[in-house]
Amino acid sequence: MSYQGKKNIPKITSERLLIKGGRIVNDDQSFHADIYMEDGVIKQIGDNLIVPGGVKTVEANGKMVIPGGIDIHTHFQMPYRGTTTVDDFNQGSKAALAGGTTMIVDHVIPEPGSSLIEAYDQWKQWADEKSCCDYALHVDITHWDDSVKQEVETLIKDKGVNSFQVYMAYKDYYQMSNKELYEICSFLAEHGGIAQVHAENGDLIAEEQARMLQMGITGPEGHVLSRPEELEAEAVFRAITIASQTNCPLYVTKVMSKSAADVISQARKKGNVVFGEPITASLGTDGTHYWSKNWAKAASFVTAPPLSPDPTTPDYLNTLLASGDLNVTGSAHCTFSVAQKAIGKDDFTQIPEGVNGTEERMALIWDKAVTTGKMDENMFVAVTSTNAAKILNLYPRKGRVAVGSDADLVIWDSDSVRTVSAKTHNSEAEYNVFEGMELRGAPLVVVCQGKIVLEDGTMHVISGSGRFIPCTPFPDFAYKRIKARKQLAVLRAVPRGLYDGPVSEFSPMSRGGTPSASARTSPTKPPVRNLHHSGFSLAGNPALRGPTTPDDIPIRPAGRRVMVPPGGRSNITSLS
Amino acid sequence: MHCINSMNGSGIFNPVHLICHLQRGKKAISPNNVSWVTEVRNRDVLLSPPSGPPLACSSQRALVRIRPRFVSSTLSPQTSWISDRLLVKGAKIVNDDQSFMADIYMEDGVIKQLGENLIVPGGVKIIEAHGKMVMPGGIDVHTRFQMPDRGMVSADDFYQGTRAALAGGTTMIVDHVVPERGVGLMAAFNQWREWADSKSCCDYSLHVDITEWHKGIQEEMESLVKDHGVNSFLVYLAYKDVFQLSDSEMYEVFSVIRDLGAIAQVHAENGDIIAEEQRRILDLGITGPEGHALSRPEEVEAEAVNRAVTVANQTNCPLYITKVMSKSSADVIASARKKGAVVYGEPISASLGTDGTHYWSKNWATAAAYITSPPLSTDPTTPDYLNSLLACGDLQVTGSAHCTFSTSQRAVGKDDFTLIPEGTNGTEERLSLIWDKCVVSGKMDENQFVSVTSTNAAKIFNMYPRKGRIAVGSDADLVLWDPDVSKIISAKTHNLSVEHNIFEGMEVRGGPLVVISQGKVVLEEGVLHTTEGCGRYVTRKAFPDHVYKRIKARSRLTELRGVPRGQYDGPVCDVAPSPKVMSATSTAKTSPTRQQNAAQPMRNLHQSGFSLSGAQVDDNIPRRSTQRIVAPPGGRANITSLG
Repeated sequence: MSYQGKKNIPKITSERLLIKGGRIVNDDQSFHADIYMEDGVIKQIGDNLIVPGGVKTVEANGKMVIPGGIDIHTHFQMPYRGTTTVDDFNQGSKAALAGGTTMIVDHVIPEPGSSLIEAYDQWKQWADEKSCCDYALHVDITHWDDSVKQEVETLIKDKGVNSFQVYMAYKDYYQMSNKELYEICSFLAEHGGIAQVHAENGDLIAEEQARMLQMGITGPEGHVLSRPEELEAEAVFRAITIASQTNCPLYVTKVMSKSAADVISQARKKGNVVFGEPITASLGTDGTHYWSKNWAKAASFVTAPPLSPDPTTPDYLNTLLASGDLNVTGSAHCTFSVAQKAIGKDDFTQIPEGVNGTEERMALIWDKAVTTGKMDENMFVAVTSTNAAKILNLYPRKGRVAVGSDADLVIWDSDSVRTVSAKTHNSEAEYNVFEGMELRGAPLVVVCQGKIVLEDGTMHVISGSGRFIPCTPFPDFAYKRIKARKQLAVLRAVPRGLYDGPVSEFSPMSRGGTPSASARTSPTKPPVRNLHHSGFSLAGNPALRGPTTPDDIPIRPAGRRVMVPPGGRSNITSLS
Repeated sequence: MHCINSMNGSGIFNPVHLICHLQRGKKAISPNNVSWVTEVRNRDVLLSPPSGPPLACSSQRALVRIRPRFVSSTLSPQTSWISDRLLVKGAKIVNDDQSFMADIYMEDGVIKQLGENLIVPGGVKIIEAHGKMVMPGGIDVHTRFQMPDRGMVSADDFYQGTRAALAGGTTMIVDHVVPERGVGLMAAFNQWREWADSKSCCDYSLHVDITEWHKGIQEEMESLVKDHGVNSFLVYLAYKDVFQLSDSEMYEVFSVIRDLGAIAQVHAENGDIIAEEQRRILDLGITGPEGHALSRPEEVEAEAVNRAVTVANQTNCPLYITKVMSKSSADVIASARKKGAVVYGEPISASLGTDGTHYWSKNWATAAAYITSPPLSTDPTTPDYLNSLLACGDLQVTGSAHCTFSTSQRAVGKDDFTLIPEGTNGTEERLSLIWDKCVVSGKMDENQFVSVTSTNAAKIFNMYPRKGRIAVGSDADLVLWDPDVSKIISAKTHNLSVEHNIFEGMEVRGGPLVVISQGKVVLEEGVLHTTEGCGRYVTRKAFPDHVYKRIKARSRLTELRGVPRGQYDGPVCDVAPSPKVMSATSTAKTSPTRQQNAAQPMRNLHQSGFSLSGAQVDDNIPRRSTQRIVAPPGGRANITSLG
């Protein structure tokens, strides 16, 4: 029996790893224990573990060992009008690992009209080739019809996708109507998926963009001026309403403003199943940079919804994250080079959108929320990793340091101080939106799939080593409540005798109801026209569309129609 | 001070008309001791000799007017009166700001004098108020009398409706013009004018509903505002495929409304969700009136209110939410106001007085009588909550949304709740109901009562102080209010032509004792004396101060400026012309001026010359070579301790 710490054994089996003397931090508690991993899985936790010989041992020296971060929102290698974002799955996942994130969840964005599954396969191929860490995929629904419905079902059942994003912005492109949102949410609720929304009112944005350009505002400041935070809050509110109607769990991606966060926290207080995802950028910086005189710098902050020009926003969002009103954090990492951003140099609406943040996410939240005393280390683990794993139904495989969980760990150094800079970051982008920011807290060692990928500030990543992690439907974290509600929400009609009184004539053009719409969408529902009573109203139909003549004023009780003679009975001069 | 006046021996005015200047006299007026020179701070006085009947006092500035008055001397003051002259004595006048004791003298439908011991001509009808409250007549800011709906017409026409309104102490109504699609606003407006002019018993004005949106509508709106005294337009966010406007259309309508200085009203419910829910509920086999409430949950109302507030804020347009029916939507309005939005909320008699539990009534006709949109909330604590918000000022105005249908009309939807014509009664009950729920319960005082039933409506819609206030020069629309009278509301006794009253059996304290409209007594001793067609159309000017003072200040502040930057001259990536973010097609459709921008294909020809040749996509991506180092697997991994 060989004990850990045999430093003299020269050959290191990378599949076996022992972390000694660490303080394990989960979302519920922290405790001192050693961790032994084998084949990428945590095999033992405890003191004085009995492990095979030849194990590489890492001395944590009482430092925190936390579950690796899960960046629940990335756009690596995203195609954009013939180009792709500068960080591909290799570069992006490398940056993620450098920051202590050991799993990413990327968004598959099918072109409207094209197949979801084809796009999914394409993304999976890209990621399998290049990703250095485990990954999962969200699929964005960019159009909606019956074939998409079937594809969504297949993706849920066979392809390991349980979360689908819909867009309320990007009018005439990705944007879904309320009716489509309703149908998608109903469908997802039925099949155990999570509805994610990009929440901004695209109609109003289009109007505002037109107005800005008319006023001659073409620079990046126009981006934020045309997308005021109210439009974000409005869309969040609407999404929540629709999700609540359809009893579907809702996930709001990119919470960028106070107002949107407030709407989410109010909805949660009312009991809605809704999760909010602030991103690194909204937690770390603000939208004042859109007014930078340096066009390239201003453009590098362009993302949608935009960063709020209110500089108190990051602090506010961090507070809500700490209080549990917001649950998960992503990075929405989607980087473009300056040359790519310059596509929109004369028209801000053409600037490709996206900011960096996958590398900075963990350190930033530590600095803004833990060192300031807003949250403790356990909460930190919850918002950077555990909650995401729960929502994706990957818990406890991911998001927890426990026997049987994946060996994705980070030894966290809470004292290290680093300055964020484009010169030193692992992204390909020339600008970093957190440039010059000094952050306390950083990963010392990152273990991914049981292998050390960051140590002594050096990365040891293998392109293509990342595995696709399938997510199963009906995550308990969201669906336990949904299921209970479903049982309660059975609607019943009132049993009444048949109404047999008189029925007025009416022309079939409905005002209150929407027979045309409902007839179109539900073949089971016959067009609502009472043939017993509308026999002659079909004649002269066109005339009925005009102003109707009050021919058929209902019969009025005759006694009431008496005209009072003017001045009659009015001799009274006093009321007493 | 020279005044010439003459009276004949019988104490009746001789028609002599003079105007002369008053100096500031100090002598008090008293009926027994009226001197030629009277005083009163630059007020004008109608004078008569000491022996004569009371003098009339009118308050124009420093002018004395003695108007010729024709009074037949054969009538004695006791037995005859002229309906154009009326004196209310011993009243406690209640305005929205204060209450005070005074007499009111009216002539020609206008309040001429206010004060104690007024000097009025003889032969005036006198009403003794005995210290009871006299308040401005109610303004029912939302009625739908005689409204056409699919070939039917709502049961109460302008005659029946205004009679009911007057019976309840409301002396002015504002009706909604609902143009069918394709008819045009002006044609519909004229139609409504014709109906109301021929039948209305009290003054009225008209809101115009925007049921479709195109360029022609904009021109009609302009002409309605400028030439026809309309300053409020309603848009529907519900009634999909019929009246509903999209968000873009709402944005454009609001922009037009703001430019015209009018007020945007919104019927706030999310029509898309409702259509889906209706389909679902019908699929479940629920066809009765309960389906109406189930398919229109209050969240759907709150959502639309929130959206309307957002659009109004974006366009800097004042917003008025008609029919606040639920706690949630009232909350949205209240919180928007706290954030500074210029938004007004209008709960209606029905939402203040009753709730939606009746939709589950076993009696189909009863259940159907409660159908209105947004529906009455199924939460029975809603009325109390709305009354509280009304009292604290978060909601400001009350209407009735009176739109009644007989049971046989409702029965059009006997097999499908979506076809039941919508609307409830409430114009007659409104004042008593609010008095009972708010004033009797101590939520608000009588002055606040006047604000929410009359003054605020007059202010928002620019009729103040002609309406909504008891003051010299205001219209003589008054109510002598009896706070002690108690009444049980019933369809048997109401002044409507429908079989059901949604407040059936409710006992309300407080009611009008005397109602004066246009200076004439129209309700006295429980008897109505109305004249069909005597109601006048009240024009309303654009840019009401109450609303637009803030809007104007804001529009000055919200000028946006671009950042002056040098031209970006770095590399530009070549891209496919399909725009991602832009909505070129849609904006081109709605705003032609934008077309130039949108039509330009976004490709920089200077930069794209060589990338067409099939070069690698990442050729132009600057990459720092130092970072591209791939660490050898397992390299530098001998360290076993971090210490």
